[in-house]
This record gives sequence, C-alpha cells and structure tokens, in this order.
Amino acid sequence: MTDALNRRELLRRAAAGGAFLTVPGVLAACGGSSNKSAGATSGESKTLAKTLRFSNWTLYIDVNEKTKSHPTLDAFKKKTGTTVQYTEDINDNASYFGKIQGPLSRGQSIDRDIIVMTDNSRYPSLLIKKGWLEKLDKSAIPNIANLEPALQHPNWDPNRDYSLPWQSGMTGIAYNDKLTDPVLSMDDLLDNPKLKGKITLLNEMGDTLALVMLANGDDPAHVTDATFDKAIKRIKGAVDSGQVRQFTGNDYSGPLSKGDLSACMAWSGDVVQLQADNKHLHWNLPDTGGDIWTDNMLIPKGGNVYTASVYMNYVFDPKVAALIEDYVNYICPVKGAKAALQKIDPAVAKNTLIFPTQKMLDNVHIFDAAALNNQKYLTTWQNLISG
Amino acid sequence: MGFLHRHRNLTPYLLLGPGLLYLAIFFVVPLGFLAYQSLESGNFDVGYSFTWAWGNYWDAIQNYRGHFIRSLEYAGIATILALVFAYPLAYWIAFRGGRWKNLLLLFIVAPFFVTYLIRTLAWETILADQGPVVSVLRDVGILGHDGRLLATSTAVVAGITYNFFPFMALPLYVSLEQIDERLIEAAQDLYASKWKAFLRITLPLSLPGVVAGTLLTFIPAAGDFINAQLLGSPQNHMIGNVIQSKFLELTDYPAAAAMSFVLMAAILLMVAIYARAVGTEKLTG
Repeated sequence: MTDALNRRELLRRAAAGGAFLTVPGVLAACGGSSNKSAGATSGESKTLAKTLRFSNWTLYIDVNEKTKSHPTLDAFKKKTGTTVQYTEDINDNASYFGKIQGPLSRGQSIDRDIIVMTDNSRYPSLLIKKGWLEKLDKSAIPNIANLEPALQHPNWDPNRDYSLPWQSGMTGIAYNDKLTDPVLSMDDLLDNPKLKGKITLLNEMGDTLALVMLANGDDPAHVTDATFDKAIKRIKGAVDSGQVRQFTGNDYSGPLSKGDLSACMAWSGDVVQLQADNKHLHWNLPDTGGDIWTDNMLIPKGGNVYTASVYMNYVFDPKVAALIEDYVNYICPVKGAKAALQKIDPAVAKNTLIFPTQKMLDNVHIFDAAALNNQKYLTTWQNLISG
Repeated sequence: MGFLHRHRNLTPYLLLGPGLLYLAIFFVVPLGFLAYQSLESGNFDVGYSFTWAWGNYWDAIQNYRGHFIRSLEYAGIATILALVFAYPLAYWIAFRGGRWKNLLLLFIVAPFFVTYLIRTLAWETILADQGPVVSVLRDVGILGHDGRLLATSTAVVAGITYNFFPFMALPLYVSLEQIDERLIEAAQDLYASKWKAFLRITLPLSLPGVVAGTLLTFIPAAGDFINAQLLGSPQNHMIGNVIQSKFLELTDYPAAAAMSFVLMAAILLMVAIYARAVGTEKLTG
C-alpha cells in the first residue's frame, strides 16, 4: 500500500513541479488538456498519507516562540504519524488564486492537501463552481458537530460539503485615541472633516461595501443595483474629496500604529495584536453594524481527502482549537473552545474581539456571495479603488 | 573544426543562436500568446474564446486614458529628475573620483542589494506624516501645517526616481569615464571657457550615456505599479496598477493583455520620437 502511495505521490509531485516551471499566463491560453494527475489520489483510500501539505496565511497558527515550531502540528504527528508540511504562502486571496488557477485549470494538482481562503472574496465559491475542490470525507470528521451554528450553512456551500472554517473575523473601525475623538460610525469616518486624509478603507469589496451599505440603511446580504450604486457613489465622494487616503489590505497596520492614520477600517484580530504595542488603539463595530467573514479550509483537486479530513477533525477538537486560538486572536469557529481556553489563558477567553458577545454577533452581517461574483460590480469596484 | 572552417559565414549565426533562441522562447512566444489573449472575449466563469475582439483595445484606451497619460507623465518627470541628480554625480565620480571610483559606484548600486519592495516600503517610513522629512518641510513652510507627502503624486515620483536612479547613473558614468580628458584640455587651450568646453566636448560625448540612461529609466518606470500602490493614493494610480488589478483581482485576462499592448505601443512611440529628436546614431554611441 505505502509503495503504491509513494509512487503516486511521486507522479503527482512531478506533475506539479512541471506546472510551477511554466509561465501561467502562457499556458492559460492553451488551456485544459491532460487530466491525469488530479483525482488520481482522491480515491477512497482510508490510509493516512505520510505528509499533509497545508497552505495557510501568515501568523495564523500557534507558534512556540523559542523553537519556532507549531505545537498543535507536532501533537498531530505524535497522534497520527502524519507530518504536516505547513507553508505560510497565502497573502491575499486574489494573488493566491492567480497562482493556483493555472495548474487547476489544466487538471494538475497544486501539491497541497489543504488551502485556506476567505468567503468575503469570490474565490471559495468560484473554486466549487469550477469543480476544483474535493468533497470532505465527513465520516472522518465527527467533530464537525462542534461547528458554531451560525457558520453551518453559508449560502455558497450550504451543507459544508467542501469547506470548514479555520477562523472568522469581524470588519469594523479602528481609531487612535491620541489623534481623534472616538470614531464609532461610518458617517463619521467618511464625512468628518477633521479626519480628512487621515483614514483608509479596505480594498476587499465585500468588507468596505458591507459597512457602507449598512450605514446607508441597506442590506449587505442582498445587494441590488440600486443599493450598490448608492454605496459606490458615497465612497467615490469620499475619495474625490480627499477624505480617503488609500485602500489597503493588512498594510493599514503600520500607518495606524505609527499615527499616520487617525482611524481606518480594520479587522478585529489585527487590532488585538496591534493593541499589544499601542494602547491608544481601539476597535469597534460601527453603530450601524459590521461585517463578519470566515477563512475556510478547502481541499484542492488532487489533495489527499482522507488525510485532510482527519486533520480538520483534529482542529475541531475544542482543546486543540483553544491552543490555536490562544495565539491567533481571531474568532474561533469551534464550540467549546472558549471553555477550554478559560483554563489555559482566561484573559484571551474574556476578550470580546476573540469571543464576541451575542450583542456583537447580532450586529454583524455576511456580505452577499452573489454580488462577490458579479463581474460588473467587481469591475466598478476595481475602477474605484484604482482611481 | 573543419565544418566551421568550410562554412565560415555561418559563424555569426552560430554565435547569435543562443541569444536568439532565448529571445524567441521567452519573449516572442509569450508576446504571441499575449496578443492572442488580448483579442479574446468572454469571462473567467465560462472561459475565454478567441473572437478578434478589437474592442478590448478601444475599451483600454477609452476607459483608462487618464491612467496612461499619468504613467507617462510620472515616468517622464522621474526620468528628468534622475538625469538632473545623476549627471553631476556621475561626472564627479568619473573625473574626480580617483582611486575611490569603485567604492563610490558601489554606493550607487548598494540599495539594489535590498529587494525592490522593501526599498519602497522604507520610503513609506521616510515620508511618513510623523517622520523627519515631513516635519522639516512643515517647519520651513513648504508643506502646510497639515500637509503630507505620503499618498501624493510627489511621493510616487520620488519613489520612482529613487528606485530607478542606478539605471540612470551607471550608463552616464560609463560614457563619461571613456572621455579622453585631453580633448577638454585641448578645448581650453583653444580659449574655450570651462562651461563652453563642457557644452561642446563633454556633453556631446556623453550623449550615448544620457540616451541609454533615460531609456533604461523611462521604460520600466512607465509600467511600474509598486510605487503608486504603496506611496500613492487612488488618484495617483498608474496604468500598471490597473493591469495588475485586471489580471489578478478581476481575472479579466483579455483586458489586461490589451492594456499591456497599448502601454507597449505608447512607450515605443515615445522612444521613437525621442530617438528621432536626439538622432539615432546616439542610441548606439
């Protein structure tokens, strides 16, 4: 058995190696030909692979600062014998998708068993639609029962056939109390002349539009042309007047902690980490409501379904989830993790940015997945954020 | 050996071979694919197909004219600034550098030991609102009390000038270094003032370096997007930013490909006008 597995492994690596050597743009043009490697390993095998290849975002798992190792991954190896080859090579959804879409469109494996992508981008649903994901082996994931009820039925994967949450986060407003009075509403952020040129918005369409639509009194879960145009017009006004300095990804964190920004749209977990160095930073959901998004574990075509599913089951054990959460500081999708964390790090368990109150959860919304895939909206948005 | 001896006229082609092959594989073939892609229509979800969609070019020019003009403008200003800063520097190193020449050249190249991205991020810190540059400019009244440099066109042009500076300075140095100083002495012996000797002897002889330097700076600068992304606001974005977002964010490959060709054509046109103005023989020295 192991012999066959190794040989298949070898073939798959060779295929993926070839894929990485080519220029994606060049080969995208001469599209799907061979369908050899993908699916070859996705079979019914219930044997664990020797290694699990896991791509994740940076600073998104527990780290032992001394040895630089990841304790939960080491414990997984001890428990199952499978080594996790953990790579922090995802920086933003679009670039990562750009990287993997070439091989996937040619039916080649991308040499990964688990990847993590955000559901307020269009890519998880696009991957499903293109048939580039493997279904989870739910028989290997009894711990799926621990998934927070609010996350069980996203509209892009209603039965969680293809995805399980890794972490969630909230989008809200951060401000620096040394430079401004509290900024608690989008109206204040977009219109207060005292903040002119001192604020940034996020370059992910779902994040920024959700908050602006809520401020407009519209529902971000059901975007219409009218509510979309209204929100775009409002943001464009703020850009043209010079109120908005830039559209950013994570890179608001430097200027925010240095004091170049008085306030900005920001992600909850980032601010928890920034607060450790700068006590003047605060984060709140806007009075009209914020946005919640989830990073999802997905199995790309050609990944080892069984091994990936066993790993997913492992991280949905509340005790393991608590260990990861203690380091990551985003919102944990696993029921019972809070109780487990109370024992090891009560301060983190109390932080409402990590375990939000019910009141906060009632005030966050999920952005319309259909709008994320609307090419017209996407083009309008990109034109707005690149002047 | 005998073969080559008999077919002596083949030698130049054999010598050209590897270079031509390299260009064919890594330049001509991708360029062909890009051209093909630029004439496709459709969208990422259903796939793209080749339809001679010339409309992509029209859309690119129509919708993003401002970005094209801005790119050429920023690249042009940055090139002129780099020339103004680099010429005296290269002149000084070439004629007065003495035994320190190599060390001084190393200083010019030194920033290149650091990645492009990190160098540009460093400028974000240098030009920060709370940083030293802005506070000095505020004190002397060049910037208003609430003025800033980051997220302005000044910051973008400054970033481009800095990042492409060595491409200007090195060719200038090479052409200045080759000048026979006796020619300048001779000019002065014939009663030319120092200034006149510079204008009549040094400057014309260094023109190949000027041409090479301006081209090496202008061409990549016009397609740059990192400086505008990190140091500019949305109003300062260049065509490179649009191409990048079309390609990665929107996966609209035909539009991105068409824009790349329009940019290429615009640059070629500018270079052609420039070459005509200075005279083509200067291009090759």
